[in-house]
Amino acid sequence: MSAVDRLLDGPAADLARAVREREVTAVAVAEKALGRVRAAADRHGSYLWFAEDLALAQAAEVDRLVEHGENFPLAGVPLAVKDNIHVETLPSTAGSKILAGFVAAESATCVRRLVAAGAVVVGKTNCDEFGMGSSNESSAYRPVKNPWDPERVPGGSSGGSAAAVAARSAPLAIGTDTGGSVRQPASLCGLVGWKPTYGRVSRYGLIAFASSLDQAGAFARTVEDAALAFREMAGEDPRDSTSLRTPVPDVLGRMKKGVEGLRVGLLLEAEAEGGLAPDVRKSFEGTAELLRKAGATIVEVSVPRVPMAVPVYYLVATAEASSNLARFDGIRYGARRGDGDLASVYTGTRSAGFGPEVKRRILLGTFALSAGYQDAYYGRAERVRALLRRDFDAAFLKVDAILCPTSPETAFRFGAKTADPLQMYLADVFTVPASLAGLPALSVPSGLSSEGLPIGMQFIGPVDSEPVLFALARSVEEGAGVWTLKPPDAL
Amino acid sequence: MALSDYEPVIGLEVHCQLKTRTKSFCACPVVFGAPPNSAVCPVCLGYPGVLPVLNREMVTLAMRVALATGSEIQERSVFARKNYFYPDLPKGYQISQLDRPLAVGGHVPVRTSGGERPIRLSRIHLEEDAGKLMHEFPWDDVPTGASLVDLNRAGTPLIEIVSEPEIRSGDEAWDYLNRLRRIVRYVDASDGNMEEGSLRCDANVSVRRKGAVPLGTKVEVKNLNSINHVRKAIEHEVERQAGTLDRGGAVVQETRLWHPETGTTRPMRSKEEAMDYRYFPDPDLGTLEVDGEWKQGVAESMPELPDARVARLVLQYGLPLADADTICLSRPLADWFEAAALAHPSNPKGVANWLLSELLSRIGDADRQAGRVPLAPAALARLVARIDDGTISGKIGKELLPLLIDSGKDPDELIREKGLVQVTDEGEIRGVVEGVVGANPQQAAAFRAGKTQALGWFVGQVMKASGGKANPAIVNRLLKERLEQG
Ligand SMILES: [Zn+2]
Repeated sequence: MSAVDRLLDGPAADLARAVREREVTAVAVAEKALGRVRAAADRHGSYLWFAEDLALAQAAEVDRLVEHGENFPLAGVPLAVKDNIHVETLPSTAGSKILAGFVAAESATCVRRLVAAGAVVVGKTNCDEFGMGSSNESSAYRPVKNPWDPERVPGGSSGGSAAAVAARSAPLAIGTDTGGSVRQPASLCGLVGWKPTYGRVSRYGLIAFASSLDQAGAFARTVEDAALAFREMAGEDPRDSTSLRTPVPDVLGRMKKGVEGLRVGLLLEAEAEGGLAPDVRKSFEGTAELLRKAGATIVEVSVPRVPMAVPVYYLVATAEASSNLARFDGIRYGARRGDGDLASVYTGTRSAGFGPEVKRRILLGTFALSAGYQDAYYGRAERVRALLRRDFDAAFLKVDAILCPTSPETAFRFGAKTADPLQMYLADVFTVPASLAGLPALSVPSGLSSEGLPIGMQFIGPVDSEPVLFALARSVEEGAGVWTLKPPDAL
Repeated sequence: MALSDYEPVIGLEVHCQLKTRTKSFCACPVVFGAPPNSAVCPVCLGYPGVLPVLNREMVTLAMRVALATGSEIQERSVFARKNYFYPDLPKGYQISQLDRPLAVGGHVPVRTSGGERPIRLSRIHLEEDAGKLMHEFPWDDVPTGASLVDLNRAGTPLIEIVSEPEIRSGDEAWDYLNRLRRIVRYVDASDGNMEEGSLRCDANVSVRRKGAVPLGTKVEVKNLNSINHVRKAIEHEVERQAGTLDRGGAVVQETRLWHPETGTTRPMRSKEEAMDYRYFPDPDLGTLEVDGEWKQGVAESMPELPDARVARLVLQYGLPLADADTICLSRPLADWFEAAALAHPSNPKGVANWLLSELLSRIGDADRQAGRVPLAPAALARLVARIDDGTISGKIGKELLPLLIDSGKDPDELIREKGLVQVTDEGEIRGVVEGVVGANPQQAAAFRAGKTQALGWFVGQVMKASGGKANPAIVNRLLKERLEQG
């Protein structure tokens, strides 16, 4: 096994150090990584588009600047990017046929920031169409297999990014998290995955699903890598009006200080609502115990409106989606169908271009906003959302962070939930509350099930509490040790 | 029943394009008449992945209109998405405001038969414009029957100014629009040009029996491309609705288009009416906050408003109200007048008269609006001064005007060059009078026999003989003396 191969199997931080210290070149890393990307695409369907030319050009630039003494924090780190995030010169289809052939003219702000930190984009990853799904089975192209068990889903909607990192094709990937689309696949693939405080990472260059919920986040195998990605991606962007203007909190510094004295609340509603799988419950309890031993204070805390979060989410998110996806009309770009009159272009393009889950959500959202129903559905959902935020505010008077499982169960088999959309939506029960409240949250591997599948625990904190969340995650990472394990079907 | 048994109830929705340099939510320039799709970017084309960023200049100009109409600017207003499909609407929704507009209240006064009356405004809100569909084009490679989309206008900043239904006639609507147009132009917020589409108006028209309290069924009239068309369309629509009711029919709630060529309104396709816009707050833009400092800054930069200026012109220069009102048609025109009046401070009324009767008649509305008077203010001031000090007669002044306009010369120079200085020397004029009377003994005899009208004929002859330069008053007096002597 070559030095580059070993580096690709390890954390991004180590790989960047090796490139900075010129033990290996970024170009050599990129060449090797591109091979793994092709292999991962064949094996798990985790990639949709490859970035050979771009990756080699970016890597050469990193090498050139490293020679001039540039100190890139992510020097030469291969980066996989979810297909609903723009990367210049690469296709950007959000996993949908309606955007077939669409190529991004410029990179999303978060991509530009990572590339400026030395990262090298190696490919665009598969995902549920427009980020709508919890299993990656709604990709218009192909489902993604979980490297821990290729019979099972990787989670969604950023399943391709999760599978890509789990399989060791890239140490770092980014995705979007609207209702858990980074955290849930991170949990199902044994990775660290985070979503920031709403507004902390720019949405410019993300193909919108639900604008008041969408946030970019990252997947990594270690908490330190995940925190590095946060530090580089976060920050104000004048091109996103919802971007936060306040200073970015220092995650790496806080992480070293441990969890001593932190108050962690175990979510009371987790047990009642989730229908927790026994192994997940056991890991939840084990994680609490582990944190107690590390010096944290463990209490129970209630967020009473958590049970309402899934219905609220599926009204707010679909309402916004129905409007955000109206631009895909076949007039200016993307695949156009129909001929003759305007109505046939609209119905032809959208009927052929959108998959069933996207259509279902557009219909739901259109209904939730329609005259006579808007107040009862969208309006009421927004009111409950405000109350949910208040619940969290009250809870955070008592605790620094809330702990609950990321997903009620481990990775499920293909087809297990496709027949019943409601069952699929309930997979998001623990992830949507933080999205609705705009709070930062992350998932960290906490153990393996009896079937050898990864289990993830989620920390939710108040606005700008990322430093505390990463510190807690680091403590769990050390205690659980899952990150050292290689998935059976990895490359 | 007669038309006079009904009371029209009219509300106007005016869309006004703001004079910003760039579009509402992107950095594209606002252009008129540029090649199709040459002023566009991913944001105003509705590409995936882009986000709107509010142009603050748009808000500032809207605030000027709000301040000028006494409308109350809201500290917090909210952008909303108006969702509908149309090829000229790239995002599939228009960014507008609904529940929480930028400004509420305010009024625009109109002149009515019973004096001036304020028409209250319900709101002024911000929104972006859509693009344009082209159905005719100069290229022959476009299939027949196809339509093309030009998105240069997409994202252009607009305000919508909505009146309460307090307008009672086509004339009042006409005056309301003229006043409103004058306001938006005075505060430099808009070109206010209906023909070019920078001012657009839809009218909500209903009628009710005089004295009745409940409102009649409302009809929205669109495609009103000039202020005169608004008046005509309202008059027609009121008559149509009254006629329908008179015949025992019912007015249908609908949108109708004005057809100027026939002078009638006709229903628009019913598909358009059933639209449900599914408004909801735009999550990309958040709340628009206007703090005290911003508002203060705009308030301090406000120019004198038209009504205040009319009043001041009456007071300061002694102008009749109607004259002051005409002069205050536009800010540049009023500026022109004041420059001329200050250059000849002893007779501002004379300056105004010359401007109104001799100069404005020579130019069209666009030039009046722009203050493009074909003479420099100082030149008119000097011309009037020379009439006032007797150097030339008013008649000569009028003859001189086209020469002044064509040559651009100073009036004094032209008077000297043409030898037009008025003759007031009595000896010189008496000589001419002697000659004319001596050469026409029959007319002189007729005058003395009581035919006093002959005097006018003699004046004409003397003026003609003096080349028009003789002072008419002196000519009159000397002729009378000479003729009465016998
Ligand atoms: Zn633009």
